[in-house]
Amino acid sequence: MTAAQLPLAARQKALRSMLEIRIAEDRIQEMFMANLVRGTAHLCIGQEACSTGMAAALRPGDTVTCTYRGHGHALALGMGLRDLMSEMLGKAAGCCKGKGGSMHMTDASIGLLGANAIVGAQIPIAVGAALTAQVKGLPYIALTLFGEGATNIGAFHESLNMAAVMKLPVLFCCENNVYGEYSVWSKTTPLQDIAERAHSYNMPGIIVDGQDAEAVHDAVAAAAARARAGEGPTLIEFKTYRYKGHSRNDTAPYRPAGELDRWLARDPIQILKARMIADGQLDEAEFEELQHAAQVAVADAVDFAMAAPFPSLDELTRDILVD
Amino acid sequence: MPELTYREAVCKALADELRSDPDVIFFGEDVGEAGGVFKVTPGLYEEFGPNRVRDTPISEQAILGSALGAAITGLRPVAELMFADFIPVAMDQIVNQIAKYRYMSGGRLRTPLTVRAAQGGGVGFGTQHSQCAESWLASFPGIKVVSPADPAEAYGLLRGAIRDDNPVFVLEHKLLYSMKGEVAADAGPITLGKARIVRPGKHVTVVALQLMLQRAVEAANLLATEGIDVEVIDLRCVSPLDRATVLTSLEKTGRIVVVEESPSGAGWGGDIASLAADEGVYFLDAPVKRVNMGMTLTPYSPPLEDAAVPTTARITDAIRSVMHGYRRS
Ligand SMILES: Cc1ncc(C[n+]2csc(CCOP(=O)(O)OP(=O)(O)O)c2C)c(N)n1
Ligand SMILES: [Mg+2]
Repeated sequence: MTAAQLPLAARQKALRSMLEIRIAEDRIQEMFMANLVRGTAHLCIGQEACSTGMAAALRPGDTVTCTYRGHGHALALGMGLRDLMSEMLGKAAGCCKGKGGSMHMTDASIGLLGANAIVGAQIPIAVGAALTAQVKGLPYIALTLFGEGATNIGAFHESLNMAAVMKLPVLFCCENNVYGEYSVWSKTTPLQDIAERAHSYNMPGIIVDGQDAEAVHDAVAAAAARARAGEGPTLIEFKTYRYKGHSRNDTAPYRPAGELDRWLARDPIQILKARMIADGQLDEAEFEELQHAAQVAVADAVDFAMAAPFPSLDELTRDILVD
Repeated sequence: MPELTYREAVCKALADELRSDPDVIFFGEDVGEAGGVFKVTPGLYEEFGPNRVRDTPISEQAILGSALGAAITGLRPVAELMFADFIPVAMDQIVNQIAKYRYMSGGRLRTPLTVRAAQGGGVGFGTQHSQCAESWLASFPGIKVVSPADPAEAYGLLRGAIRDDNPVFVLEHKLLYSMKGEVAADAGPITLGKARIVRPGKHVTVVALQLMLQRAVEAANLLATEGIDVEVIDLRCVSPLDRATVLTSLEKTGRIVVVEESPSGAGWGGDIASLAADEGVYFLDAPVKRVNMGMTLTPYSPPLEDAAVPTTARITDAIRSVMHGYRRS
């Protein structure tokens, strides 16, 4: 699928969004490696176009569930950097009051219904969000993101089947980043493409260049239109790559030599940047300004989060049940 | 005696069982070529090959269901579930299949399988990656549940689990993987179901497991300086429960504190408390005390997480509270 060109403002927004995600993720990695926070972080560096293109195609009222590799999704959907960084450091000002953490960025006000640390668990939850839209007759769709590894979990298959028979307005978006933890996906999954799995559930299965934010946008927008028209779910596979290891301590020794370089040559930020320069919409100086602005915003958020207080201990027993 | 880390002890136990019994196989997510997410099982794939040591897809139901199927047809599988928090993903295979298969066959089938998983908080992994599984599993007759507290225990109990003809869950603690300890060169399997007294004492019995056992021992050492002599029992298994060791100790001390790294609701500590209140009631000189997380969860924020799980200080306070006003000579 060749991408239609997004309007200038949308392109600028997408570029800003991808830069913000990239720089924030780099900074998160630094904070974790400097032991400023314990625990682990799963970065989406290299996969920014999936987050940005997906978010650009959604409308207010649409909902998203995603994974522990969810910082990019959250930022692209409009989570504030301060909310995100504070959550990362377990501070009271975080989007989940510090109780969720790196793997659980959640903010219903931007449609983000939860990032899940149990592989595949977010998929049926999105089916439920689509059920709400269908039952109430609302024009909203639900979208769920997961990795290629998650398509070997029962919850994935049950969700696709149920959504298909109920014709629910839900988009199943697989970010195929080649690895599930330390395993290359060809060793755990006997298919050429995850999109093939759609055929068992009689829904369209679409393959998209996940490094191209505009292509991602177009595919999601088309599937969303179909879902809003009552024609049911779509499985979309984004072909993408994570530049870093699976999580904090993984240096990805299992990657064949040269593989990362081949993907770096198709960097999502560089692809959009080059296209905008070719179209006379951007020059190097402007790009550097955008990059600088994102760095300043990320630095501000980290400073804010570092200075912010931890939650008080009585938070431990709050929010478990509605009072 | 050679010193091993807890993770090395687990790996050695697996290797020794794989070596001694060709029916033992080992599989799970990234356990083979990558050597495990917690770096517990490096080298096994290389030594025992792809037929007996296998990497699986992310498919917990299939992992545990196939372990059962393999067990009833002649193998002695060891399956890894990585984080104990993924146990619920495969709960049907555990509750309705693995735990019941032998019983429903009128004892005609044997289910010699072992499931390993890493549990516990304190690592900053958040609410879905920090839970302990003993109390979930303790309510199912038909499985055994083991929680090793140090490297020697990790070694002997895992070998004991693999040799056991029943389904056994071996729960390892993430915070203990780097703990070092001596494992005798000639150490063998430990038969499951017998608790051990790790520190004899005469004033109060503390029953604990794993990380909480380590903290209970710290608490006991602190209290020794106050003249309180604490007997610490490593329960080892919540199922089957070694009632005799607990009751014998309680008879001696007259006081009991149970420490769990889990929420209070339907916790295994309640079983110990009810044992004390029932068969042990005439031994009691003080109320039975449970130390646990209460009905709360393990949050991500470091200070909250540290407050959620019982600390040495909380255990020490609980022991003091049962001693207060009741001290025997
Ligand atoms: C039910 C369950 N099983 C295993 C894990 C451990 N785990 C976390 S991420 C992951 C790999 C997932 O791979 P994929 O779905 O491709 O997503 P990616 O991490 O590549 O984004 C695994 C096995 C988990 N969190 N939940
Ligand atoms: Mg993946």
